[in-house]
Amino acid sequence: MEKDIVNIGKSVVIKGELNGSEDLTIEGHVEGTIQLREHVLTIGPNGRIKAQVFAKAVIVLGEVTGNVTASDKVDIRDNGSVDGDIVSPRVAIAEGAHFRGSVDMQRKGQPQAAKPPQPQGGQPQQQTQQSQQPQPAQRVGA
Amino acid sequence: MGLLDRLTPRKNDPDVPPSPSVVDDPVFATKALRKFLTTLTSRESPVLLDLGPVVGSNVSFFGEQLGCKIFVEDIFADLDRHVRDGKLETLAEFLKKRFPQENGTVDGILCWDVIDYMDKVSAQELAKELTRLLRPDGALLGFFGSQHRPDVRYTKYIIVDEVNLKYRTYPASRGKQSILLNRDIIRLFSGLRVSDSFLLQNNLREILFRKPA
Repeated sequence: MEKDIVNIGKSVVIKGELNGSEDLTIEGHVEGTIQLREHVLTIGPNGRIKAQVFAKAVIVLGEVTGNVTASDKVDIRDNGSVDGDIVSPRVAIAEGAHFRGSVDMQRKGQPQAAKPPQPQGGQPQQQTQQSQQPQPAQRVGA
Repeated sequence: MGLLDRLTPRKNDPDVPPSPSVVDDPVFATKALRKFLTTLTSRESPVLLDLGPVVGSNVSFFGEQLGCKIFVEDIFADLDRHVRDGKLETLAEFLKKRFPQENGTVDGILCWDVIDYMDKVSAQELAKELTRLLRPDGALLGFFGSQHRPDVRYTKYIIVDEVNLKYRTYPASRGKQSILLNRDIIRLFSGLRVSDSFLLQNNLREILFRKPA
């Protein structure tokens, strides 16, 4: 069965909350909040977003100003631009992409959920007691 | 679909990631990166501050290896903008307010070689800010040249693995300002202690600082 992809065209301007339960491609302007928690959001080359974004996966070819939370992956392609904080277990930023903000990637194996991002500059988790001496080199990884 | 189509990914296929680099960037061995990583592995979800330009593969590397939060704060871009706008004298003041993070909230800082490009006053202000941000026992990795380089270019460091880095230069508005002596570097980061120091074959000094606990 062919999968439907909904497009928001170049000339469309949306202000407010955008919710959906199917994959969406935006080529127009959106301001506010975008929620596609189980689906893929693609910001096309002409897309201009000023919004908090929550989706399963976000592919950026246009411009996003605002925080992006994805339960699967954020992919900023060549010439894509994100000004904001990203929360996602997987993040890919292409050479030539613009990014300004923070990236919060949880460890593999931890439960993932699209949740509102933490405020920038907030206290990070600190659960383990730090050793005062540098530890011997060890292989890192989850 | 022919056999060739099945074997060769299509260029415009959105699911096929672009090749990491068309050009073969030079690779050099790093001694300090592994030690820097070791300081972070003992923390759950460490917070990292990267002062270089965003490098997607570095973000993925740290994210996947450490599950950390990375702040990308491209100081080279700030420096370049100040040079281009003829406002270099305001850089130190700008750096004073540059970082929104709270005191002692950062576990690791990738300073790369940004200090080499700064005048003394700006370098001092940046070092002071980085020391403020670093959590007790946190680590800062800095690179410092030991030979004068005539070219006016910045360097982007790309992590290959724990012991290898690639570098790629790109146009800059100003070159490296001076070769800092070890004692000058230590004075600059007087709130930190030198944990490890290496002189690499390419004459780059790698210095790993730790903030006293």
